[in-house]
Amino acid sequence: MQTSRISRLAITLALLLFGQASWSATVLVAVAANFSKPMTEIAGEFEKATGHSAKLSFGSSGKFVSQLKSGGPFEVFLSADEKGPEKLEQAGLTVPTTRFVYALGKLVLWSTRIGYVDDQGKILETGNFKHLALANPKLAPYGIAAVDVLKKMKLFEKLQPLFVQGENIAQTYHFISTANAELGFVALSQVIEKGKITNGSGWIIPDNLYTPIRQTAVLMKKGAKNLGAAALIDYLKSKPALAIIKTYGYDLAK
Amino acid sequence: MTQPIIARFKLDYDNFKLDIDLALPSTGITILFGPSGSGKTTILRCVAGLQKAQHGFLQINGKLWQDSEKNLFLPTHKRPLGYVFQEANLFPHLTVSGNLQFGLKRIKKSCNANDLQPILELLGIDHLLNRLPERLSGGERQRVAIARALALDPEILLMDEPLAALDYKRKQEILPFLSRLHQHLAIPVLYVTHSQQEVAQLADTLVIIEDGKSLAVGPISETLSRLDISLTQDREANTVWPATIIEHEIDYHLTRVDFIGGTLSLPMIDAAIGTKLRVQIFARDVSITLDLPNTSSILNILPARIIELSDGNNGQRVVKLEIEKQILLAHITRKSSLLLNLQTDMSVYVQIKGTSIVN
Amino acid sequence: MLANADLDALFLTFKVASISTVLMLLLGTPLAWWLARTTCSWKSAINAIVALPLVLPPTVLGFYLLVLMGPSGLIGELTTWIGVDTLPFTFPGIVLASVLYSMPFVVQPLQTAFASIGEQPLEAAATLRAGPLDTFFSVVVPLAKPGFLTAIILGFTHTVGEFGVVLMIGGNIPDKTRVVSMQIYNHVEALEYNEAHWLAGCLLLFSFTVLLLLYTVSKTQPNVQQLK
Repeated sequence: MQTSRISRLAITLALLLFGQASWSATVLVAVAANFSKPMTEIAGEFEKATGHSAKLSFGSSGKFVSQLKSGGPFEVFLSADEKGPEKLEQAGLTVPTTRFVYALGKLVLWSTRIGYVDDQGKILETGNFKHLALANPKLAPYGIAAVDVLKKMKLFEKLQPLFVQGENIAQTYHFISTANAELGFVALSQVIEKGKITNGSGWIIPDNLYTPIRQTAVLMKKGAKNLGAAALIDYLKSKPALAIIKTYGYDLAK
Repeated sequence: MTQPIIARFKLDYDNFKLDIDLALPSTGITILFGPSGSGKTTILRCVAGLQKAQHGFLQINGKLWQDSEKNLFLPTHKRPLGYVFQEANLFPHLTVSGNLQFGLKRIKKSCNANDLQPILELLGIDHLLNRLPERLSGGERQRVAIARALALDPEILLMDEPLAALDYKRKQEILPFLSRLHQHLAIPVLYVTHSQQEVAQLADTLVIIEDGKSLAVGPISETLSRLDISLTQDREANTVWPATIIEHEIDYHLTRVDFIGGTLSLPMIDAAIGTKLRVQIFARDVSITLDLPNTSSILNILPARIIELSDGNNGQRVVKLEIEKQILLAHITRKSSLLLNLQTDMSVYVQIKGTSIVN
Repeated sequence: MLANADLDALFLTFKVASISTVLMLLLGTPLAWWLARTTCSWKSAINAIVALPLVLPPTVLGFYLLVLMGPSGLIGELTTWIGVDTLPFTFPGIVLASVLYSMPFVVQPLQTAFASIGEQPLEAAATLRAGPLDTFFSVVVPLAKPGFLTAIILGFTHTVGEFGVVLMIGGNIPDKTRVVSMQIYNHVEALEYNEAHWLAGCLLLFSFTVLLLLYTVSKTQPNVQQLK
């Protein structure tokens, strides 16, 4: 009596698990912090379109690289840069030929004060601010881009003493959004809503002032047998996904 | 010159009320006696200012320490008193010497070691000065605590059951020191205890406390023999007589002592002639005869006058007698009382079967 | 080996920890004394508030501090009103954050030590002419010495090891807010494991030495257990 009930339960469980693997899989995805908003939207659409579900973890790309190197469970990795996925590829942890640039990050100089940041970035030369926030260039691609911009404008030496560095781009955003730093460099995706900067003032920095932020995705070997993982990689290249990516201010790879 | 101590305290807690009005002599040892929970320690703490009575008036040596009507309350550390706690309460981080100096430093007297010498000798602690309290016996700790209180040369000494935490042996070790204090100290001592032995040995004045009220106040011989107090019906009921040694009868191994009402023969006491001592006579050891017996083995037979009679427990009569001015209590059976037809003012003889010397 | 930036971070860390520990003792001692002795009905609430940093994740606490100390936060408005700069990204800012964050580690051992002293030694001191403040320094402090030692050790080491709060309000500024834990984290994140190991090793060695010294000192103290 007892035994038969347990075995019936086991069969049901096995069916559930097996069934899910065959027609609706769950994908574990590591997502760079700057891409959290568009990816949440994309994941919703992806579920509707394919029946698979994506579980998203947000964080700094660098941390994800370390975790993946030590056996992290993520099946798809959406990095903020190109370097991380390359390193993982060299380590043989990825499925060959699955690496691709899913978006080009856009840098913005932003402040919560309305009318504070002009559309030429003159404020950087003339402004009487105390703190300039940026992501730590050692850790975050958007930080490297910010340094590029300042160097091109020949303002790096002058402004360096005013730097306050966030560990990632989300933290950098907190520094500015709480007005502790008057202005700073963040990802356009963080301050854009329906294609416009709705809060405070910002200067979308021209592409020629910094090395492109090639945000790269890759399928990990952990996800090689997960149909959902491959489907997600495909879906990221689909028209609906690209449309969402564009509304958050990203450029698309040519 | 010697103004009495006036202490009036009213306290009202949920489960305890205190309401006393005392005028106490400014010399000798006054014992606050009563069962635990009667409020005697609370009175002492109010005198020390460790506890603040809602309504209180306290005057010591003509100085006002508390008067709640004038909103006056001297904090403890400004009252020139010495306090000995039930548990010695020495500072564990200081040596005996450090403990003794603690108060001295604060009254800005020059801390001359010689000043303390008499106290150290009186209490027999001069060999302990460099020890930490944890390395003292219970009795030694309590002696240090007494010395620490006396070192300040206080105007009044307050002692809260200083022997209660000690075993019998330690008590016997300290009692002689306390008796010596009695003879050396010119300041008043308020002493809280529930031990009859300590009362007999130390009290000059006795205050009996029960349920937060004082039932009786007066010199020990009077208070101990007040028939309206249940104490006199107790098996341990006794009277204490001050006496002086006048003669040793070495052949009989006896000592004769003099007291207000005559002389007594006592078992040999190892002390010089002229030594003052206290003789304790339990009521159960006293019997009464109408005539002077010609033949009796009892040595101490004295003429006395009955001044009061009352019924005691278990068919017992408590008889209060007077030998000259000296009060004596006797417990006899009701039947004997009836047979002898004892009445107030009768002249009788008392036979004292046993005595004990309390110091 | 250690780079100059690492040495600076080490030095800054011990400066923050030392100053914070002193401040925590100054503020925490009266607070702990009050908490140990009051019968006031606010006691539980204050106890809970002091203990809150134990429950809040440091980064969350850091975020709230960032908001509170910002120009439109309560503390920020106060600093502006006094006429000083807002506190995030400044040395005083991380000292303040460290004090708030590590306070329970100072208050709780002190509170326990004070409570265990009990009423008796205080009453004895009062009958020996010592006023309240006098009693505190001549009786309470020596008797609570083990508690003070624990408070100093925990307060100091907890501040040295603190990371999340500084991460949120520090801004990673060399010599001002880039403490050792930040620097180690930066090294690790940048995959500079070698540098990270060196710095972490130094931190461990130093902290171990400090703790060892303090514990050795505390062991040679005479036993000041309360006597019954």
